[in-house]
Amino acid sequence: MNAQRPEPVQVVKERRDRALSALVQGVPYISFLGIVFDRKGDELTAILPYREAHIGNPDLPALHGGATASFLEVTAIIGLGWAILWEEIESGRIDPTTIGPATLPRLPKTIDFTVDYLRTGLPRDAYARARVNRSGRRYASVHVEAWQDNRARLFAQATGHFLMPSRD
Amino acid sequence: MEEWNALAKLWGLRGNAPVKINQSKQLEERLAMEIDRVARELIESLPFSRALGMRLEEIEPGRTVLSMPYDERLVGDPRTGVIHGGAVSALMDTTAGATVMARPDGTGITATIDLRIDYMRPARPGQRLTCEAHCYHATRSVAFVRAVTRDEEDSDVPVATAVGAFTFERKETGE
Repeated sequence: MNAQRPEPVQVVKERRDRALSALVQGVPYISFLGIVFDRKGDELTAILPYREAHIGNPDLPALHGGATASFLEVTAIIGLGWAILWEEIESGRIDPTTIGPATLPRLPKTIDFTVDYLRTGLPRDAYARARVNRSGRRYASVHVEAWQDNRARLFAQATGHFLMPSRD
Repeated sequence: MEEWNALAKLWGLRGNAPVKINQSKQLEERLAMEIDRVARELIESLPFSRALGMRLEEIEPGRTVLSMPYDERLVGDPRTGVIHGGAVSALMDTTAGATVMARPDGTGITATIDLRIDYMRPARPGQRLTCEAHCYHATRSVAFVRAVTRDEEDSDVPVATAVGAFTFERKETGE
């Protein structure tokens, strides 16, 4: 048997983290909101650390619906972009050591986005995960769930359709 | 929110006979200015709206216009400089919500139930976005809103359109 030795774990992790960071750091609006991503294998969790600037109603106080919508849309686009990038990198089509704005695949474009506001967004950190329900050659459908204290108690969810970046 | 109540009261004043009939044009103008001031202070006091630089352009019962300047920090696609859809959503949600809050027959309290946004075309980099929202119907507990966002381009095609449902509390009548 001449099985290939698996790559050292650090090499794999470093490659994937670098790719994710290139994808996220290119988008100014993500830094503006302070959103960060936690990666476990190919699964991403988006984190929106609480900031006073995210408040909509200072009397309650509650997160602004627009901050919540933005958080969900960022999570959906990066979730989908990451799924595309993951394929490209793991198949060797993109070399992650040279990854940069020029070599990154283009991000998907939002066609439509529907947000359900289920509960008041509390003034604390929020988390979100995207699930790509369908990813075709041209269109993709993505669902996002966001929660704060309890994973099962969503405070918002969204579904969006996206135009896939052309592959050339 | 008390301030929205005050706004609804001002609407009432404008619509009611004592002020409307045969009073000076000056009074009507002063009232309009007062309504504008209350609404502007309210919208621009919301921290997230302020962070995005939103500005009240026009307000009247059932219709609100808000705008947001182009800002490089709000860019979603660095290759094109196009504003992120999330920032457009925030403008639409704020404008739609303000339209519901400013209804003279409501208590000024609302929350978004759902909001769907269709993106027709990318917003031109460098241009101010303007959102116009109409609250076209309200039942005892739900208000329905439509909104359209345009950039400065002279185009029939808007940047985005939205439809949303908002919670609504009708003001007790007979007070």
